[in-house]
Parts: sequence; C-alpha cells; structure tokens
Amino acid sequence: MTEKHHIIPVWFFVGVLLFVYGILIFISGLAELSHPPDTVLSNLHAPVWWGALLIVLGGAYCLIFRPKNT
Amino acid sequence: MSPLLAMFVAERLVKLSGVDLAIIAFYFLLVLAIGFYLKKFAKTGEDFFLAGREMTAWVAGLAFVSANLGSLELLGWAGSAYQYGIMAAHWYWVGAIPAMVFLGLVMMPFYYISKTHSVPGYLKLRYGTEAAGLSAFTFAVMTILMSGVNMYAMAVVMKVVLGWDINFSIWVSSLTVGVYVAAGGLFSAIFNEVLQFFLIWFGALLIPILGLIETGGWSGMVARIQHNFPGQDFTHMWAPMGSFANNPMGINWIGIVFGLGAVQSMGYWTTDFLVVQRVLSAKDIRSAKLAPVIGSFFKMAVPLIVILPGLLGLAVLPMHLVPASDLQAGQHSYNEVLPLMLARYCGPGLLGLGITALVAGFMAGMAGNVSAFATVWTYDIYRPYLNKTAADKHYVSMGRWCTIIGLIISIGTAYLVMGFASIMDYVQALFGFFIAPLFGTVLLGMLWKRVTRWGGFFGLLAGTSSSVTMFLLMKYSPETWVPIIARSPLAKGLAQDMYQSLWACVTCVVVTVLVTLVTKPKPDQELVGLVYSLTPIAHEEHASIFHKPAFWGAVAMVLFVVLQIIFW
Repeated sequence: MTEKHHIIPVWFFVGVLLFVYGILIFISGLAELSHPPDTVLSNLHAPVWWGALLIVLGGAYCLIFRPKNT
Repeated sequence: MSPLLAMFVAERLVKLSGVDLAIIAFYFLLVLAIGFYLKKFAKTGEDFFLAGREMTAWVAGLAFVSANLGSLELLGWAGSAYQYGIMAAHWYWVGAIPAMVFLGLVMMPFYYISKTHSVPGYLKLRYGTEAAGLSAFTFAVMTILMSGVNMYAMAVVMKVVLGWDINFSIWVSSLTVGVYVAAGGLFSAIFNEVLQFFLIWFGALLIPILGLIETGGWSGMVARIQHNFPGQDFTHMWAPMGSFANNPMGINWIGIVFGLGAVQSMGYWTTDFLVVQRVLSAKDIRSAKLAPVIGSFFKMAVPLIVILPGLLGLAVLPMHLVPASDLQAGQHSYNEVLPLMLARYCGPGLLGLGITALVAGFMAGMAGNVSAFATVWTYDIYRPYLNKTAADKHYVSMGRWCTIIGLIISIGTAYLVMGFASIMDYVQALFGFFIAPLFGTVLLGMLWKRVTRWGGFFGLLAGTSSSVTMFLLMKYSPETWVPIIARSPLAKGLAQDMYQSLWACVTCVVVTVLVTLVTKPKPDQELVGLVYSLTPIAHEEHASIFHKPAFWGAVAMVLFVVLQIIFW
C-alpha cells in the first residue's frame, strides 16, 4: 500500500481476521452437526460452509499480502 | 426510559455463546494491536491527519464508503426498509451514486491539488477566514455530537440485544477507539474502516442468502409480503412517486430527485469532511479521483445487506413490527429488524460475527468522527486562530490530545443523549443544517471565479440560518409550515428533510450570487488551483481506458440507471 512507510498492507490484517474467524465458525459449525441450534434453516449447516469460505479467503489474503512480500 | 432505548425492546434478543465472545474479543485485540503498530508511522502532521497521503485508490475507496456504513445506518435503514419498503434504497442509489461519481471526477481534483487538509481548509483558501471559520466551528460541533450519538446507540443496542451494561459498553468502546486513533491517527481510522467493511459484509450477507432460500427467491418474497400486507406496495421504487399520497413517506419524485439527489446527497458526499478526508489520503490524483468511483460500486451493493433484510423481515417475521413511538411491552420496533433477522438465521459463531460487525460499525463511526474532529480543530481552528507558528510536531501532539478530549466530550454527549427526547432527530437535522448550504458554497466557489469572499460567507450563513428556521417552523407549527415547505401536509420526517435541504441550498446560492454581484472579486492569480477555469487538471491521456476514472464513473452511472429500471 505504501512506498514511503513500508506499512504492512491492511489486506494482511483483513486476511488474519477472516482466517481466525473462519476457523472459529467452522469448528463451531462442525460441533453443531449433531446438535443443530434452534435457528431457521439450521439443516443447511451455514456455519460449516461460511466458515470454510472465510478460511479460504482469509488464508489467500494472508498468503498474498504477507509482510515479507511488501 | 430514554427515547432511543425505547426504540428497542426491553428484553434481550439473543444470548451469546463462548465462541461468539471469543470472536468479539479477538476483534478488540486486533484493532488495538494495529493501533500500536501504526503509531510509529504517524509522526508528521500529514501522516497523522491524512495518513501520509499514500493510500491506494482501493483502500481510500473502501474507507470512503465504509465511513458512511456505520451500524446506526445499518439498523436505521433496515428499519426504514421494513417501514417504507424498497423506497429506502433511494438513499443508497439516487442519494449516493451520482454524487460519489461527481466528487471523484469533478470536485476531487480541486481538493487534492489545493493540498488542503480539510473542507474548511479549502474554504479558507478560496474565500478567506470568515466562511472557513463558520464551517470549521459548525463541523467540529457536529462531529462530536455524532460521535457521542454513535457511542450511545451502540451501548443501547448492546444492552438490548445482549443485555450488556450501558456504562460498560460506552467506556470499553471509547477507550479502545481513543487508544487506537490517538496512536495511529487517520492511519488507524482507515485500517479499522477497511476491517469493518469486510466484517459487515461477511457478518450480514448470510441474512439475505438464507432469507431468499427460505422465501423461494425474490418472487416468493414479494408474494409473501403481499400476503402479509395486502394492498401495500413495498417493492417498487419510482412507480409510487407520482404523488405524495401514493407512498408511505409522503414525498413525490421532485423531492427525491432534487432534494435528495441534487442537494442533500451532493452536499453530504462532496463536502462532509468525514468522508472527503478518506479520499484526501490517496497517494496521487488518479487514486483520489478513482477512490469515490470505486466506493460507488460498493455503495450500490449495500442495499443487499441492508434493504433486502428489511424486506425479508416483512415476508418472514411472524410478528408485525411497529414504530418506536407506539412500542408496547412484548412488541418489537422497526429498528430491531436486523438483529431479529440475525437471530433468526445465525447460531453460535455466525451470531458472534454479526454482533462484531455491528460493534465494529459503531466504533468506526466514533473513530471517523473523532479523527475528523481532531483534524478540523487542529488545522482549521487551533492553527489559524490560536497558535499560528508552532512546529509540525506540536500540531501532531495537539491532534493526539484532541482525539482524547474529543472522546471525553463525546462520552458526555452520550450521557446527555439519554436525558433528552428525540435527540437523534435533532442531531440529524443539525447535520442537515450544515451540509446542504455548504454544498452550494463549495460548488459555486469551484465553478465560478467571480464569487467573492463575502458572497461565500453570507451565502453560507443565510443557507444555514434558513435551514434552522425551516426546521423550527416545521417542528413547532407543522400544520401551517409542512404543507408550505415540504409541499404536502402528508410529508413525513424524511420528506421534510429533503425539502428543507433543497430550499436551504437555493437560499445559499441566491444570497451568494446577490452579494457577489455587489462586492469585489479576488484576483485570478489568487484562485489558481481553486477554481475550475483557472486550474490545469492533469489528464491521463496515456493511460488505457480501463485505468481512467471517467470510464469507471460512466460504468457506475450505467449500472445505477439499470438498477432504477429493474426496481422501477
């Protein structure tokens, strides 16, 4: 993002946030498979696929914008 | 009970699990860590107040649109979508897209080339200290009020949705915002706004996805709404605009096109320093022009996570929500539609993500207002009027202290809000007093070199005064004045705001022109870089068409028109 200050790009922090949240939500989703919460459409297991999506996106951002590449 | 608290139900809507709390705690830790990391980069005035002017168009564009994507907005507009239907999307489309493109392609070059730190800073260069001082003072007051209202609104939402203590929410959020903004200045505010942008999208996007699955798509949703609310049209934007009586807002197309699209939206997006400051952080003029255009594409998509959940609420919620003023025990108000939809579809983990998105939105709202306050106070009040000759380091130090002081005053404002009826309405109205006439002053100054120092000042003063007068007349004598000012006795609050803005801007322009014609203009050489006809604007002749902001601005406008036709 910057030539003058060599700050770690904000995208890296976005990646860390999404990746950590993805793991927490994915694990939580797996734990719910046997005991689904009392929410509408819980049979779709949204936390599993939403968590997986966050892991993939967050991981990609972390990899692409990791500090050593800046 | 305070009015804002009464807007929400007096019982806790959701209960968080351990994983939800872990998600919220991680967000607080990350933003504090980022603030401390950025502190070492915020050493000069340009670093602290303008993030070093080295943000890319994407970062500046996301921060630009994110500064306006606070949780107050999300909850409020989702509630408005439940109340008024898809008409609420006017505030995201005709009320934003043309103005954002106009800012990028027409106005941004002047802000950027003049190297100003703020909008009052531009007024000082263009008109002089009188117009700049009036604008700086009003803006400083507004930002502090808005920061306090964000703080209080967050505390109320946390109290009602989660059962958290109001004092705990106010102090924890203020301390966190104070630490990271005082440390990294605009760097921190912008980083947090970009994080917030992703959080809001990933926290809220599941609601429309699962909602449309539940209703069987758009047509299924429309059918359910018609079944639940027979005889009412919630899914057309322009068709009910032919007359004041055909829509629940009590407005016609003139109010939307001219009041909202031409004045209020143009005023907000092009002269509200809170959003313009984000674009001023861009690394070069092409990025500065492109940033608002990039922002316009994301703004166009926001109804997906704000308006659609409100419409889905009409279709799937088993109860009918009511206005906050009519709330009875056991009922829910319009403003609760987003938390209700979140609780409907999101279990542990996803619920934490959604709540974190709301917390991040409130905190970004506070951070944005406080960082804008620090800049305007330091550069437009303290430096020109109180201490003209200090070193740059002193002004940075002043900016850091202003952040803390601004937050302390905001905390006072937050507690003040609890004691006053309808303070939210007053703050929104105060904001409108300032923005609509300011647009007239800035635009005339940029496009017409003849406008004089006193023309600018008296125009701004007359516009602001007339706006306040119209507000008071409609507030205290609505039967007489609403039909005159808002052109219909049916005009509701939002419709009144639109016409109030329109007439305030017209007053500002008329007075500016009249005073200009009898006063002496500035010589041309003093206006180079400040007025369109006297400023050489760098063109990107050698850039490919896909790198030109004008091309993407045109694409945004075409998409905007297509959306209007689809949802006509």
